Amino acid sequence: MMSSESEKETIEKKPEDSKPFDDKTSEKPAPDKNPTATKPTVAKKLTPAKEEPELPAFEKGIADKIIENFGDKATISFVKPDRVGIKVGRDSVHDVAEFARDVLNYDHVDSVAGVDYPADKEIEVVYHLSSYTDPTLSRQILELATRAQREENPIPGNDATKLPSLRDIFYSVEFHEREVFEMLGVYFEGHPDNRRLLLPEDWADLPPLRKDFRNKGR
Amino acid sequence: MSSPTLPPGLAIQKADERIMTLNVGPQHPGSGHMRIIVQIDGDYIVACDPDPGYVHRGEEKMAEYRNYVLNIPHLERPVIHDSCNILYPYVLGAEELLGLEVTERAKYIRVIASELNRCVYTMYWLAIYGIFLGHSTMFMWPAGDRELLIDLLEKMTGARVTHSYFIPGGIRNDLPANFEDVCLRQVNYFEKRIKEYADVFYENPILISRTEKTGILTRENAIRLGTTGSVLRASGVDYDVRKKEPYDVYDELDFETNVMKSGDSYARSRIPWLDMMESCRIIRDALQKMPKSGSVRVKLKPNPKGALGSVYKRIESGRGALGCYIVSDKKPEPYRVKLSVPSFRNLIALPHLLIGEKLGNMPSTYWSLNYWPVEADR
Repeated sequence: MMSSESEKETIEKKPEDSKPFDDKTSEKPAPDKNPTATKPTVAKKLTPAKEEPELPAFEKGIADKIIENFGDKATISFVKPDRVGIKVGRDSVHDVAEFARDVLNYDHVDSVAGVDYPADKEIEVVYHLSSYTDPTLSRQILELATRAQREENPIPGNDATKLPSLRDIFYSVEFHEREVFEMLGVYFEGHPDNRRLLLPEDWADLPPLRKDFRNKGR
Repeated sequence: MSSPTLPPGLAIQKADERIMTLNVGPQHPGSGHMRIIVQIDGDYIVACDPDPGYVHRGEEKMAEYRNYVLNIPHLERPVIHDSCNILYPYVLGAEELLGLEVTERAKYIRVIASELNRCVYTMYWLAIYGIFLGHSTMFMWPAGDRELLIDLLEKMTGARVTHSYFIPGGIRNDLPANFEDVCLRQVNYFEKRIKEYADVFYENPILISRTEKTGILTRENAIRLGTTGSVLRASGVDYDVRKKEPYDVYDELDFETNVMKSGDSYARSRIPWLDMMESCRIIRDALQKMPKSGSVRVKLKPNPKGALGSVYKRIESGRGALGCYIVSDKKPEPYRVKLSVPSFRNLIALPHLLIGEKLGNMPSTYWSLNYWPVEADR
């Protein structure tokens, strides 16, 4: 109760400032504005600046905040209207998620998707974070992607395909992570309950959403 | 059983011996293709473990083998009563990847179809909720009134339930002649009918005494567990994707969201019913604002290829926010399609609602989650 009330207070303050972030971050849009103001001169020299002439400022603010705190541990994969994509290594995904919850006010996970990349020998797990309590974030989705090592002959739970669980930060990932474990064989360390969820108990084949599991007749 | 050191009459029964494990489902009519493993101490539930997966069909895997258009008929199968809404985020995502621009008229028709479908779904859900509570009138009435809207959708799409109506670039076919008048008449009658449900069901003291103050989900828990839709709004969080992140033409339409604060089974069962009245309002407004003529569909190339990248789209379905994450690698088939379905997201709340509750309240609490087992399993 206490925490939610204090959240409400901060939320109420924000519209008065007419700025998306609190005082600490309101300094940040200022450095962003400078490059846009000087863009006509800079853009001629730098080709990457040309590609992103109209990056949405609010979304860029979120991405910059994460980069500022984590440096080269996190990289921006895209900034689109209402969507920010961040790529992090498996060692820092837990810290970035904690930062997203405590500082950026994301409060739950919409979806957790596992994507298999056999060519890279990696499996990507993508968390889509969203917020109910912060009205400035109601349109936003933060896409937090991290990758686990992929084994050719998986033994789910007993091979190197492991990631830290975010269950202690976002309780809402509980069933999603169970699903990713059974469908792609990514074991989540620290998850209290890594049992099967949708697949039958006696499933002994490859994790079915891996690309080398083929549907019969296809 | 009794300990030999204690005199007769003072034997203490261990809690472990009192607790009984019950398997509810998967064939039980009160669970619907899923199993809930509950442990009961007398009449009270002390542990609950939902076990979905009995109707898992691998929709996400199937989507990796078919192109963006061929995916449409099978992706709506997880919840055929809400088939327009489950396709909606997929179609929005595919449009972004294929770079298609939808015409204004198609957007309005999509909204009308999606709202009609929301009502069709909710009526079906309500019918089963009625029979769960032993209220057979509440089974007959929604099942009958639902036909009105199914007729309308049949006129629009040609199919009663599995419409396959939305396609990337618009909708499959235009409305039939004179649809607006028929739709307005049916929707007005439908709204009049559902208002009568108040007397027989929602203001019924028996329903209220059975569902009020049972299965309470607090506001903090609703947010922490990431619940969505009617479950979230019954716990006092005003979050509806149609309002917060309007897609297509929802930002031009006039409607309200329904929020209740109590977070009990009664609130969760009342919100979908109130939402249906808002749906009627949306349909009437959309019929008025809709462009009366024009193209409804962009011509697609055969086997269109998606742009490199990923997209996450979400919409508000009959049960809550429904997200679709599509990864494309410049091939006609999507590399990965992930459906983040509201039933799956709300299921996590079930143990929190049932523990400490009487076993007799289990069916009403479970179905008040607005849960559709087939959708959760995909």
